[in-house]
Amino acid sequence: MTDLAQESPIVTSRYQSDAFAARLRRRYAAERRFKLAGMAAVGFSLLMLAVLLGSIVVQGLPAFLQTQIRLEVNFDPAVLDPSGKRDRQELAQANYQLLVRNALQSVFPDVTERGDRRKLSDLVSSGVAFHLRDRVMDDPAVVGTRQSLWVIAADDVDQIVKGASPRDVVETERRINDRQLAWLDVLEANGALRTTFNWTLFTAGDSREPELAGLQGSIVGSLLTLIITMVLAVPVGVAAAVYLEEFAPKNRWTDLIEVNISNLAAVPSIVYGLLGLAVFLNLFGMPRSAPVVGGVVMSLMTLPIIIIASRAALKAVPPSIREAALGVGASRLQMVIHHVLPLAMPGILTGTIIGMAHALGETAPLLMIGMVAFIVDVPAGFLDSATVLPVQIYMWADSPERAFTERTSAAILILLAFLIAMNAVAVYLRKKFERRW
Amino acid sequence: MQLTVLLVVLLALTVMGYHMGRSRAVAVAGNGVRLHSVPTYHGLYVAVWAGLPAFLLFALWAALQGSVALHLALSGLPADLTNVSEQAMSLLKADILNLAHGVSTGREPHPAILAAARHYNELMALGHWSLLAVGSIVAVGGLWIARSQISVSLRARNRFERVVSVALVLCSLVAILTTIGIVMSLLLEAIRFFARVSPLEFLLGLHWSPQTAMRADQVGSSGEFGAVPLFVGTLLITVIAMAVAVPVGLMSAIYMSEYAPAKVRAAAKPVLEILAGIPTVVYGFFAALTMAPFVRTIGQGLGLGVSSESALAAGFVMGVMIIPFVSSLSDDVINAVPQALRDGSYGLGATKSETIRQVVLPAALPGIVGAVMLAASRAIGETMIVTMAAGLSANLTANPLNAVTTVTTQIATLLVGDQEFNSPKTLSAFGLGLVLFVVTLSLNMIALRVVQKYREKYD
Repeated sequence: MTDLAQESPIVTSRYQSDAFAARLRRRYAAERRFKLAGMAAVGFSLLMLAVLLGSIVVQGLPAFLQTQIRLEVNFDPAVLDPSGKRDRQELAQANYQLLVRNALQSVFPDVTERGDRRKLSDLVSSGVAFHLRDRVMDDPAVVGTRQSLWVIAADDVDQIVKGASPRDVVETERRINDRQLAWLDVLEANGALRTTFNWTLFTAGDSREPELAGLQGSIVGSLLTLIITMVLAVPVGVAAAVYLEEFAPKNRWTDLIEVNISNLAAVPSIVYGLLGLAVFLNLFGMPRSAPVVGGVVMSLMTLPIIIIASRAALKAVPPSIREAALGVGASRLQMVIHHVLPLAMPGILTGTIIGMAHALGETAPLLMIGMVAFIVDVPAGFLDSATVLPVQIYMWADSPERAFTERTSAAILILLAFLIAMNAVAVYLRKKFERRW
Repeated sequence: MQLTVLLVVLLALTVMGYHMGRSRAVAVAGNGVRLHSVPTYHGLYVAVWAGLPAFLLFALWAALQGSVALHLALSGLPADLTNVSEQAMSLLKADILNLAHGVSTGREPHPAILAAARHYNELMALGHWSLLAVGSIVAVGGLWIARSQISVSLRARNRFERVVSVALVLCSLVAILTTIGIVMSLLLEAIRFFARVSPLEFLLGLHWSPQTAMRADQVGSSGEFGAVPLFVGTLLITVIAMAVAVPVGLMSAIYMSEYAPAKVRAAAKPVLEILAGIPTVVYGFFAALTMAPFVRTIGQGLGLGVSSESALAAGFVMGVMIIPFVSSLSDDVINAVPQALRDGSYGLGATKSETIRQVVLPAALPGIVGAVMLAASRAIGETMIVTMAAGLSANLTANPLNAVTTVTTQIATLLVGDQEFNSPKTLSAFGLGLVLFVVTLSLNMIALRVVQKYREKYD
């Protein structure tokens, strides 16, 4: 190449020199690197999403299964009803724990030592006694019969059976000792051990015992809170958007309101919690932990989202619609209510659903107004003490028991399922009613 | 009970008002004359008259009745019970309310207090019944007045529309009221806090231990409110988060808007947005139970001492959370750069990456800065991730492997559970809240200003 250049200097342009070729290669390499960096960034985000969701699914799925043990329960009248009068008071106060112990004892008659007997009865959940009592109270006729019942196993047993806790470690590092493992093997060999779908997770309130803890209370609490949020935020938000977009004169006042709304949208959620605590609880004396306060705080928080989305939807309606309506003699309000709002409705609905999904997933402000209490009962009204799904997740995540970790993940899966459903509806509405003018 | 009945009565009267007004208007129009408004508007007009005044009365009454009744019940007490300090007074009020609601106060109540509680209950019942009566009268009266006004020339539509437009204005004022509420509640409580702890000590002090003792002779009874460790912790976590989110978010935005084929963009963009839709408590759980042990294991493998709640884990996960904010905002500003600038650069022989780095990014820089500031204010205000993963120990450190605490974490932990509301400990949360609010608000204002200015340039 250099030889050639020396022979005919005319061909040697700077675009054919070695230096140029090298420079070009370098530039193209830089180009490829840059593009790769971009792909890596997108890939990293997708990877993190996959890791996040994957880890929660893997941890959470086992929680939908629950280990049960079959017991031959003898509803012994000598224990339950010594007086023989079937007195409800007496039946309610009987020692049902003894029934459980006797039933286990009958499977393992050779266990006689006191400590071992306690270990044996630790295999089943402490909630089983209450379950048996409920059974007797429902139908006192079972007293005196023998029944084969599947009862809930204790959480440590559950973890071992499902393989969440390893069996093959030193005894001291397990919460289940070698004897208990041997008993479990016997039960399994007898066909007295099974795993079924964990209905408790959906039908029970919160509990300190993982195997008895359920999400019904917090799901109902979330629902009540969301109803209040929707009832307050949607009409006010849409009305504010209509005013600002269709009626408001352009002046300092409306500018102030607009700046205000965009700033409110960016206020940290915990500040709304402080507002709720100082104003609604301390000043107005509203009840702590109640869905009604949670709903009011959430509605203030989602209001800017709804206003901004509704305004965008109203803005997308072409002015020709408005002019046509005014042209045939409609008043401004008639124009808005009869023509503009119906056309903007799909967009408003989509924004509303997204705002509600946001409210459903929000935790921090509710911590401030006392919705973080340990509440066993399912709330029955807007003034009852309640907690919500994300707060329940927060509380369970703090619990030391291993079994709560998987239940927390399961609760997250349920929360995400609700969110996905809401967003799917929003996407569907947008796709179905989307209009291009 | 009476309140529910009244609400139902009001609703029924409103519906009835609509029908009566409408049929009356139809009857008036029956003899061939043209009404000013359509009969429907006459109906709505009557309905508003029937429902609105009574409902306003209802709201006002229901809000005030409790405190009035309590005041009357207190005034019936002997003087030696009521001539006490403010604190004892609030205890007395709580006792009366508890007794009135049938909740045990845990001790044998004073007969006079018991009587006051009974008196309170009687007053409440009386109030409810009279509200029911007065409310119904007002509603019926309104209905009757409005119905009697109906005539051919009544401008029912204009009057009804005026009511609606007032309602619209009031709705848009809710946003202003919210802001005022936030500012006032933060400010008033913070002032009470600063009356006990000097603002200088709060903003410049290096020790944070808000535990105040119950008794004066207890160790550490004073409580220390130097918030610098919290500010440093917040800053540290925010910096870590931005170190993750800015490069990744910006490069994703560049790839999505400049390189990605339409199909890839259509698929990847909504998936990225999912990251923004996941509740923060889920990120917190992930940070605390998956990320923190992972960071710890890696750190130990490298021979570093990592505490089990490290700033790194919390900051990293928070960074992942705000990737979509950075990327979607940057995407917008990059798309807003006019194509002519790119074409000019290509015409001079620049490669795509050179164009992006030397032409597009400088042009989009103000917008990107705005996006980064918005994301930073988001990171500063984020609560759940740090509460669950960053810990509570107020270490003054810049080492990301240590546990730090943040402003939001402290607010959350100070105010969770039943608290005595007058202690500096709880009030300090409002001081922190005020700082948080001011910082995020100013970041937002500046960012919005920057973005707006930039947009005007190319419009």
